[in-house]
Amino acid sequence: MTAAISIRGITKAYDGRTVLDGPSLEIERGEIFAILGPNGAGKTTLVEILEGYRDRDGGDVTVVGEDPQRPSDSAAWRNKIGIVLQNVSDAGDLTVREVVENFAHYYTNPKNPAEVIKKVGLEEKRGAKVTTLSGGQRRRLDVALGMIGSPEVLFLDEPTTGFDPEARREFWELIRSLRDEGTTILLTTHYLDEAEQLADRVAVLAAGRILEIAKPGDLGGRRSKGAIVSWSDDAGEHSEETLTPTAFVLALAAKTGGEIQHLQIKNPTLEDIYIEMIEGAQ
Amino acid sequence: MRTLTIGWHRGRLELKQFFRQRESVMFTLAFPVVFMAIFGAIFHSNIVPGVTFSQYFVAGMIATGVVNSGFQQLAIMIPIERDFGTLKRLRGTPMPALSYFIGKFIVVFVSVFVQIGLLMGLGTILFHLHMPTSSEKWLRFIWLIALGSICTTVLGIAFAAIPKSGRGASAVVSPIVIILQFFSGVFVVFTQLPKWMQTFASLFPLKWLTQGMRSVFLPDSFVVKEASHSWETGRTFLILSAWAIAGTILAIRSFRWSNK
Repeated sequence: MTAAISIRGITKAYDGRTVLDGPSLEIERGEIFAILGPNGAGKTTLVEILEGYRDRDGGDVTVVGEDPQRPSDSAAWRNKIGIVLQNVSDAGDLTVREVVENFAHYYTNPKNPAEVIKKVGLEEKRGAKVTTLSGGQRRRLDVALGMIGSPEVLFLDEPTTGFDPEARREFWELIRSLRDEGTTILLTTHYLDEAEQLADRVAVLAAGRILEIAKPGDLGGRRSKGAIVSWSDDAGEHSEETLTPTAFVLALAAKTGGEIQHLQIKNPTLEDIYIEMIEGAQ
Repeated sequence: MRTLTIGWHRGRLELKQFFRQRESVMFTLAFPVVFMAIFGAIFHSNIVPGVTFSQYFVAGMIATGVVNSGFQQLAIMIPIERDFGTLKRLRGTPMPALSYFIGKFIVVFVSVFVQIGLLMGLGTILFHLHMPTSSEKWLRFIWLIALGSICTTVLGIAFAAIPKSGRGASAVVSPIVIILQFFSGVFVVFTQLPKWMQTFASLFPLKWLTQGMRSVFLPDSFVVKEASHSWETGRTFLILSAWAIAGTILAIRSFRWSNK
């Protein structure tokens, strides 16, 4: 089976300013793939090219077997993809059920609207007008509209911006359950923990280039990076990077012959690695 | 077939939205009625024996109603939908653009229907508007509404490409409609307008729709007060049809899903 999304050497500039500088990547069917990057890295531009909203300047793209810029049958292609947009505030005077049921008519193989509403956790709000929903509920409705057509690929652009921690966890559960049903999911985010929690693989995008594609746990050579051991003694504060922190601390304890002051062992977090990568790119 | 079915569902949804937005219902439907009541009450002298200015004015307001429900409503509503992301979201679905247009046409048609009903009802009660006197006139009335609605729907969609944002749309659109109303002889007897205004107005559909509505609601004796001493029914049909075709082409070419 071919990859769900395949990108090769994609370029895009606005008024001579390069936004995408040739990233390439393949997204397999059934995985959650996160594009992580700071604001202005080109995430939204990249995703909007994949969604068929923008034309690229160069490079090759296929999404579920078609070029988004000129699919052989636009409606058939759009039947296979679902889009969850940022900053949409439409349909305020309609109820959740009215909107979801209406969108179901646009697709040839829609899911059951009542089930979709239940799945995104809006069952109690199904008769409520869209204007009365909270930010988190509004995003759930966006996801409901993105998934109503049983898409093979679902795009989520910064889906949990503005969520409280509880709402984010619930949202992640929802996305995982979609992946478990076989949906390929591409999400952009600037939250590291989101990428770490959710994604099977992560691409780090900065200044229009991909710095690395890896599993979240392997990013930036994280597994092979040493831990930082820090402590203090009469001579002042010390810190040492080591691949064997346990042995190092044992040796240190033997040398000190007592309690080590201010002992800390820190493994690099994804954030440390990420910041290092981003700064390296700029 | 799929396009028509989806268009029907769009139309139903849009109607729900339309009637739930009280401000827009007021603006689109009630405003012309209030206008008619005020103007009709101020100017009620006879233009020719048997035809008061109020009756003349009501016929013009019915034509204006078609333009308000179609052109004005859509040219304001579509840029707002663009701002809100409604169009961007729809474009991301397999819904054909034509279904969206059909949905809009349904809203326009229902709102024309309600508005004209209100104007005719109140016009009859307050200003002695006479209903069309022959089946020929009724038939003409029906095709004027149908053709006028198509014309003004497609032109509204086409014009919606011009306002840069939803917030500025009504400031661009409303003056155009008001000026055309003056030039087309809605507020003032057409033949009393300066010649250049008459010529200018003759380029646009509202003048022909207004004249057509007079031919339906005023007695045939009024024809002497028309610019060419004739109702020009055939010409009206041709000009409205030409605008409907040109408007459709323009609408398809100029339609933008997003602001960028």
